[in-house]
Amino acid sequence: MAEPSVTADHAPPDGLTREQLLALYRWMRLTRTLEERLVALYRQTKVVGGLFRSLGQEACAVGSAFALERRDVLSPLIRNLGSMLVKGATPVEILRQYMAKGDSPTRGRELNIHFGDVEERHFVGQISHLGDMVPVMAGVTLTFKLREEDRVGLVYVGDGATSTGAFHEGINFAAVQRCPLIVVVENNGYAYSTPTCRQTAAAQFVDKAIGYGIPGVRCDGNDILEVYRVTRDAVARARSGGGVTLLELLTYRRKGHAEHDNQSYVAPGEIEHWAATNDPIDRYIVRLTNEFGFTPAELADVDADVAREVDTATDVAEQSPACDGPDALVGVYADPPRMPSLWFRDGVGSAVDAHERPAGWGTHDG
Amino acid sequence: MAEITFLEAIREGIAEEMERDPSVFLLGEDIGGFGGAFKVTEGLQARFGEKRVIDTPISEAGIVGAAAGAAHYGMRPVVEMQFIDFISCAYDMLTNYVATARYRAFLPCPMVVRGPSGGYVRGGPFHSQNPEAAFLHTPGLKIAYPATAEDAKGLIKSAIRDADPVLFFEHKYLYRRIKGTMPAGDHLVPFGKARVAREGKDLTIVTYAATVWKALEAAEQLAAEDGLSVEVLDLRTLLPMDHEAIVASVKKTNRVLIVHEDTVTGGVAGEITAQISERCFEWLDAPIRRVAAHDVPLPYAPPLEDFVLPQTSDIVRASRWLAAY
Ligand SMILES: Cc1ncc(C[n+]2csc(CCOP(=O)(O)OP(=O)(O)O)c2C)c(N)n1
Repeated sequence: MAEPSVTADHAPPDGLTREQLLALYRWMRLTRTLEERLVALYRQTKVVGGLFRSLGQEACAVGSAFALERRDVLSPLIRNLGSMLVKGATPVEILRQYMAKGDSPTRGRELNIHFGDVEERHFVGQISHLGDMVPVMAGVTLTFKLREEDRVGLVYVGDGATSTGAFHEGINFAAVQRCPLIVVVENNGYAYSTPTCRQTAAAQFVDKAIGYGIPGVRCDGNDILEVYRVTRDAVARARSGGGVTLLELLTYRRKGHAEHDNQSYVAPGEIEHWAATNDPIDRYIVRLTNEFGFTPAELADVDADVAREVDTATDVAEQSPACDGPDALVGVYADPPRMPSLWFRDGVGSAVDAHERPAGWGTHDG
Repeated sequence: MAEITFLEAIREGIAEEMERDPSVFLLGEDIGGFGGAFKVTEGLQARFGEKRVIDTPISEAGIVGAAAGAAHYGMRPVVEMQFIDFISCAYDMLTNYVATARYRAFLPCPMVVRGPSGGYVRGGPFHSQNPEAAFLHTPGLKIAYPATAEDAKGLIKSAIRDADPVLFFEHKYLYRRIKGTMPAGDHLVPFGKARVAREGKDLTIVTYAATVWKALEAAEQLAAEDGLSVEVLDLRTLLPMDHEAIVASVKKTNRVLIVHEDTVTGGVAGEITAQISERCFEWLDAPIRRVAAHDVPLPYAPPLEDFVLPQTSDIVRASRWLAAY
């Protein structure tokens, strides 16, 4: 896979304070440290189900989410843990969710980062079906437009998800309605084992914007300041009534689709090359120290702080209770809040015990 | 002959049909060099080439529609859904286009859509579904849902040769847990013929797919602990369904329990119940009863999944209730 051929503008985006520059670093570090902890827990078989990494892609999620205001809504994809952290999800929630704990955000119903919070932190959890969140976010942002609320939405999809019908229908709908929506295509080179060239015949995803009649911007997804800048511009456009923007962030998935995937389909040396030359955190450290005057000690403090936070969260999450089977029946509908248990579980035959067997009923010989 | 797994049996069946018929080709996400998410198609691209094992974009409706078009013109496409849950994205194509093609326009549509289904593996709500009932209601489709490795091979081969579109559900819990010895030669299992998985005279359990094994386990326990003789009927295909076999067994045992993994309301068991009450009500000594999943989306956490899905202990309790009725 070719490396991004986009040249970064080396000035920090306007208005970013020192604290914000450091916060960007902290979110990326937290994402990586938390995922590394999840790997350890996965190896101890404490994670239920699969584990999906965003190693090497942290700048995409963090930089873009950082461009939103708290009131704005974001819909993450499997590799956008960083964006959820920026939006207020806590490490302990993520850990509980992966360990299927009874007090996890979804009470054990859903896995990994499939959860949302529409009340306070404003993220809408994804489902597995790829592309489905694009029309959903079209509806969220259409609502903001109809109610004239000063809010925007941002939805992530992978390169693979752009092939779905839902992606196309959602982005087209939002474009026609001029919804305040930013669609982020995180182009990490692979969809499971499928390279981008087998996903689309388009030279670049950003070209698709032309077909929808919306602006498209492509950028180096491993340069967090550039990701921040292009997203911030798209957010400003959306806020001022300019409608949908398609962003293509060029990055690379250094881990397999999930932890069990050995990446046999990747060309030798490719992963190592990206790790050595294009790690978003390493690149940002260089800029923070060389251009913005941060000292290695300041960054080390952040690292230590993040490690402590993840340690504490792990302890809390490990002590969280497991789910209780019958809780599975709660909340399918608003009313009644709990489904009845089936006859073979709840006092076998309860519904039928009262039934009198008519006289004369017996075994037929026929 | 060596034993092979359920998964290998499917691969072997597909490979034999590709060998036999050059119009058979495969379409799906990551099925080529990677061999599919579960490795069902592993090695087939190396063996048959990129023209016959095609990696597709993530476009279920597109894949199914394309398969239909190819089928109209003499090809025999076999489509893989990475997880059968994603068949919902192609629901329109399958029910409106594919299923009606022959009836409305004399368009042949010999194609197979296959994929891993089912739970018991902590896959959560979108990697554990059993959508067979959603399609049972669609004339024009056929549905296979095997329980044994031998049937998996025999039915996939029949499915590929079938003149009509077939949905082929592969229970992922069985992929590597179940093994079988393949009969020699061209092993075909016909559609619409149930299998008596265990003979019995006191009670019939009608079931299919993974719950066949749970029913067999329950039958074993009931024989040992209660002296009950339980017959287990494995349907193998749901469209067409072998009602003759169901009726014959019910007339023999006079008691019937229907077990499936899908949720109970609107599930396949409802249709079986109706057929039994229409065809052999007088032979029943007890109400027809169902053991199935609770009517909730399938949750992820182990205690929740265990609670929602039917377990062997549920089948045992329900059988005891029926036997005592
Ligand atoms: C409609 C649909 N089809 C298939 C899948 C199975 N699946 C899950 S992730 C994935 C690959 C996703 O690739 P991409 O969108 O590029 O995201 P990335 O994993 O690269 O972040 C596939 C095929 C799915 N989730 N949804």
